[in-house]
Amino acid sequence: MENNIQNSDVFAIALHHRFQWEEAQQSYVILFPEGMVKLNGGAGEVIKRVDGKASVSEIVADLKRTFPDVENIEKDIIGMFEMAYGKAWIRKL
Amino acid sequence: MTQTSLGESVVQKEIHSQAQNNGVAANITHTQPLWLLAEVTYRCPLHCAFCYNPTDYDKHTQNELTTEQWIQALRDARKMGAIQLGISGGEPLLRDDIEDIVIEAKKLGYYSNLITSGVGLTEKRIQAFKDGGLDHIQLSMHDITEEINNFITNTRTFELKKKVAAMIKNHGYPMVLNVVIHRYNIGHIKEILEMAEALGADYVELANTQYYGWSLVNRSQLMPLKEQIDEAERITNEFREKVGNKMKIFFVVPDYFGNRPKKCMNGWGEVFMIVTANGDVLPCHSARVLPNMQFPNVRENGLEYAWKESPAFNKYRGTAWMKGPCVTCPEKMNDLGGCRCQAFLLTGDAESADPVCSLSPNHHLIEKAIEDSKNPVLASQPIIFRTDKNSKKYVAGDKERVEEFHALP
Ligand code: SF4
Ligand code: SF4
Repeated sequence: MENNIQNSDVFAIALHHRFQWEEAQQSYVILFPEGMVKLNGGAGEVIKRVDGKASVSEIVADLKRTFPDVENIEKDIIGMFEMAYGKAWIRKL
Repeated sequence: MTQTSLGESVVQKEIHSQAQNNGVAANITHTQPLWLLAEVTYRCPLHCAFCYNPTDYDKHTQNELTTEQWIQALRDARKMGAIQLGISGGEPLLRDDIEDIVIEAKKLGYYSNLITSGVGLTEKRIQAFKDGGLDHIQLSMHDITEEINNFITNTRTFELKKKVAAMIKNHGYPMVLNVVIHRYNIGHIKEILEMAEALGADYVELANTQYYGWSLVNRSQLMPLKEQIDEAERITNEFREKVGNKMKIFFVVPDYFGNRPKKCMNGWGEVFMIVTANGDVLPCHSARVLPNMQFPNVRENGLEYAWKESPAFNKYRGTAWMKGPCVTCPEKMNDLGGCRCQAFLLTGDAESADPVCSLSPNHHLIEKAIEDSKNPVLASQPIIFRTDKNSKKYVAGDKERVEEFHALP
């Protein structure tokens, strides 16, 4: 799969996948046929912003504003996009 | 219902053998029934030789939980953290309240999956499921030998299956096809895959029979040879190349050809909970084979008691019950000693190491079983297959960000 994430890319949650907050887990999860992924801290913050409208650069900017103290945040965010796309939890619009 | 995507395979958390901390939120001090499997009925129009339902299921067909009891169970489990719901059987569609169960599941925020042979699925019902918020349908190929026949001869039953498959797709569901593999169909893997393609499957799971219930009774007839498995895997790989991405194929290899057992059910009473037709609560499908165990029932003390306090769920949680070689084994957190049922059925001792493990003093039983499976007369060694959930598709190093739980391999 082409994993290269561009700033202008817009992603949405993949078909048949559901993203939701789980009270009992105190985390975000992605649910899909017969599997689930628990998104720890930052990973949840990234996927939460994947709404089929915001571009990657907008999401990066938003997260930078929200977490001004985190170093190297952009690299982590792109890494999360790469993984989520690579695993087909999100799809490119 | 078939066991392929159920059994220990329903909850498959990503486990790296070298991982120090592979406990999700669930460990002995903080377990959570993330997965609820509702075996809503043992009634079934089919009669599969490899069915894992209890051999005495007949006595459970008279005392099924009511709709209200199921809804209560769904609510209670959700409060305890359950999020994936499998609705299975028997054939769940033999109950006419699946629609109500689906609606409640949606309301509660479950990701719900109906596991069906398709018998009894009508346009009206699937529409009601869709409207009610059912997330996913898994079509199981049961008496696959007959299905292949129907496919090859293009008889009416195959047309029916095709209709059901189309119905599933037309309602925007992915077509997930589940096929149990055994000695009598392992030679037809190519036909099975062609059939899946003809049905328009998006995912196909080929899983080797596991021997509980009826399949255990039939194991000597069902167990394929290692050579057959290798050949089937080769054909599957070839087919994969041919179809590419449009159909994802999972080939699930039985665990006894490896030398370490699976962390069965992702750990006894850690993330997986089954409620059976009559309300018994089990940590795994085959648990009822274990001796001296009294499983809780939702009718008596409810689910919270069953999960947290019942002696049965606590018995094999964690590592306290272990003996040698597991108790001192540096790898014990990786597999928690493997499958208790496999240990019991093969060695007679539920607390011994799973004999799949090469460190087990009983490992020769596995080697002998493999030997015996080559001998048509002796092919009756008691064996429970454990499906290998094939963690190949995971990328190492993702553990810090996410923790995965898998049903499909
Ligand atoms: S359809 Fe499922 S429940 Fe029915 S007999 Fe076959 S395996 Fe058992
Ligand atoms: S000895 Fe026991 S704990 Fe160690 S690897 Fe084997 S089964 Fe697992």
